[in-house]
Amino acid sequence: MSGTEGRGLVLDEKLLFEQSQPGRVGYSLTGLDVPEAQPDSRLVRKEITDFPELSEIDVVRHYTRLSTWNYGVDSGFYPLGSCTMKYNPKVNEVAARLPGFADIHPQTPEALNQGALELMYNLQQDLAEISGFPAVTLQPAAGAQGEFVGILMIRAWHEANGRKPTKVIIPDTAHGTNPASAALCGYDVVTVASDGLLSKDAVAAVMDNDVAALMVTNPNTLGLFESDIREICDLVHERGGLVYADGANLNALMGISRPGDLGIDVMHFNLHKTFSTPHGGGGPGSGPVGVAEKLIPFMPKPIVIKDEEGYKLDYERPESIGRVKSFYGHFSIMVRAYTYILAMGGEGLRRATEMAVLNANYVRARLEGEYDLPYKQRSLHEVVFSEAALANDCHTLDVAKRLIDYGYHPPTIYFPLVVRGALMIEPTESESMQILDEFCDALLAIAEEAKTAPEKLRMAPVRAKVRRLDEATAARKPKLRWEREDA
Amino acid sequence: MRYLPHTEVEVRQMLERIGVKEIDELFSGIPESCRLSRPLNLPEAKSEAEVMAQLRALAGKNSKVFTWDSFLGGGAYHHFIPAVIDHLISRSEFYTAYTPYQPEISQGTLQAIFEFQTMICQLTGMDVANASMYDGASACAEAVLLAVRAAKKRRRVLLSRGLNPQYRETVATYCRYVDVELVEVPLVDGVTDMAALETLLDDQTAAVAVGYPNYLGRVEDLAKLADIAHAAGARLIAAVAEPLALGLFKSPGELGADVVVGEGQSFGLPLSYGGPGVGFFAVRKQDMRVLPGRLVGETVDLDGKRGFVLTLATREQHIRREKATSNICSNQGLNTLIVGIYLALHGKQGLKRLAEINYSKAAYAREQIAALEGFEIAHSGECFNEFVVLCPEPVAELKTRLETLEILPGIALGRDYPELERGLLVCVTEQNSREQIDRLVAALAGGEA
Repeated sequence: MSGTEGRGLVLDEKLLFEQSQPGRVGYSLTGLDVPEAQPDSRLVRKEITDFPELSEIDVVRHYTRLSTWNYGVDSGFYPLGSCTMKYNPKVNEVAARLPGFADIHPQTPEALNQGALELMYNLQQDLAEISGFPAVTLQPAAGAQGEFVGILMIRAWHEANGRKPTKVIIPDTAHGTNPASAALCGYDVVTVASDGLLSKDAVAAVMDNDVAALMVTNPNTLGLFESDIREICDLVHERGGLVYADGANLNALMGISRPGDLGIDVMHFNLHKTFSTPHGGGGPGSGPVGVAEKLIPFMPKPIVIKDEEGYKLDYERPESIGRVKSFYGHFSIMVRAYTYILAMGGEGLRRATEMAVLNANYVRARLEGEYDLPYKQRSLHEVVFSEAALANDCHTLDVAKRLIDYGYHPPTIYFPLVVRGALMIEPTESESMQILDEFCDALLAIAEEAKTAPEKLRMAPVRAKVRRLDEATAARKPKLRWEREDA
Repeated sequence: MRYLPHTEVEVRQMLERIGVKEIDELFSGIPESCRLSRPLNLPEAKSEAEVMAQLRALAGKNSKVFTWDSFLGGGAYHHFIPAVIDHLISRSEFYTAYTPYQPEISQGTLQAIFEFQTMICQLTGMDVANASMYDGASACAEAVLLAVRAAKKRRRVLLSRGLNPQYRETVATYCRYVDVELVEVPLVDGVTDMAALETLLDDQTAAVAVGYPNYLGRVEDLAKLADIAHAAGARLIAAVAEPLALGLFKSPGELGADVVVGEGQSFGLPLSYGGPGVGFFAVRKQDMRVLPGRLVGETVDLDGKRGFVLTLATREQHIRREKATSNICSNQGLNTLIVGIYLALHGKQGLKRLAEINYSKAAYAREQIAALEGFEIAHSGECFNEFVVLCPEPVAELKTRLETLEILPGIALGRDYPELERGLLVCVTEQNSREQIDRLVAALAGGEA
């Protein structure tokens, strides 16, 4: 969809609490078939003040209306850089809801849930094959927790070897989770500047025996493959350090290059990016971690193993870093990712990568010239423009908001930090040439509007549910919950 | 491939526009030495029918809580899920959306989270709740980190032995390389030993963490625990693994807890072999700016119309990097939606009644089992929907015996609580009929089921 004509039916909707009517109910409970029992009255709470009272239709309409104010991958093109907003196949959802997956309790004896464990084991194996690592843990809840697990393992390995390095090196293009995860493991963060690509000289300049690890994203957040990666890994290893890879951009590499073959020691996957599980408006994701041989003893426990009796959860791991969450990870997300891998096959995954890279390069070819491209190297799955070429002091934020009026979710903006006013576009493999052409036409039209009618950008969006929101006041006078006015 | 829209003709046109001849040229930035020189060793692509057949076969090997009589709890609870929930969360505007960083086209997610935050505050009796954490265990770990951060120089945290063992393990992992000393507080009659607690507390203690109800099903005396903790200048963290209990029992907030965390799975999430769940995290106003995780706040747009945005982001990793309050980047978005819908449907009356039903069912089962020859109820005080049974025979053998009758009688406690080697943690919810409970009791007794 493009153009700015027409306006749909946009419904208003009060908060649940504002619709509540005393005595209204939206539930049905089966009658009690045992004697009524009462706890000690001193322990019993009074009614929950202002908790909603609604009927089923109230609730259904409420959330249905809210949904219409959202924009999902199913609504249209979603070119968020480094987030890999690919299509979420519907069969994944059906699979995750099979009663044999959805209705199984995590404390059921392993012998009675062999199908679930087999699926997890197979997924571990498949991810290992795709990434080139000999072992994979499925436990981490999301990418950031995967990073945390990875750095914990690195530190545990150093300590097992009698080493106490104190620093982690992170390029300036990295996601903010990288330094935050390193800090949570007690490390000091050393930022290293990259000129688009991380050079071995830049790494050599900051390398010493006090470096526990280098954290690198490959391809990096500019969409560029770190071509010195092998030499960089060697450099780090020579001084006793290990290399962590942020796997957020694995969608650029499937079947083409395997991080585990390049000297990288540990990497997290984002099943919600590369493996088509839905983002859910912010989660739940899933962040499995692949490790090199030397880190296997330190993996979180339990992990799924197979022996002559069948599949098992292995807790006998004395050097394990422990657990980072309850039970075994985000199982229903694993089911979705496994469903995707089955549907795609090895060749299909490679084809997905190829089409993702083709799409990003096509967008780049169509927009280069009108939009400033600060890094000219051959990019892979995403392309990053700057705001430098925008006329009349228009900014990236204005372009992003104007894209909403044209019917698109904006790209990732102002990241990576090394690009002024970054506009980071990752089309994924899910989009056809027609969709990309319409999107590029919109961006070109917006660049033109910046020249001729910049107020259209500055006032955007005008066609969304709300106009630009006052975020400064939201932060200065936080109102984080509803409260009755007269209270 | 059905997920890839490109025709061969289009691929050619696109390559031409880019100015390369073959797709392979697009990968020229990857040195030859970094390439994989063989195809991935994975099976061939499958049709949707083939995929589903394979997955059904795997699913068919698992034991479902609807076909077995399940009395398993221990941090994951079998409650009924209203049909409305799956229909609403299947609106793809919700589940295929990203994090609501662009508020103008994310008001649905943002308002739903604002309502979630409000209901978590109401339920826990606290001032501020965040947009959720991964699960109860990691929320508990983040609560410990918050307490240490907020208490400045105090580096000691006391964990009740009644706190869910997986929560305690997770806390230990999170604190592995943080300068925090974790000390366990023993139990007496299944609840935190107050006398021991008083001895262990000192001026270095940042917080005390207890389960409410605790792992053994017991309802802790939070008011007294809060008094003891506060007298030493420490925060009280209440971790709620079964939040349905808050429909009946006093909220941790009104009893004096400073941080309330927990697991929301009971509120409409399928068991799904233990994940994903949804962690909740609530604090008093004083700790608002040291909270981990996302927060949604109310504001207005240019026309003065109400709207919602992610706010107080200066605490978070994408702004503060290594100085952030946590490394967490996501929340459990769609699962907060489930919790919101579930609580909105049950509301003020439904949640209370459902909690009473759970309480009564568990009380009935407890009485019936207590009357059995050789069986004992381990603790005397108040429980919610779980309790510990001491069995006359080895628990492993008893479980195997009942499993042949398609009964999952509970969780063997010996591994986590060697002192309860004969202990079986039994959970009874509204999903267990009286007939099922009677069958369990008969099977325990060794009679015909």
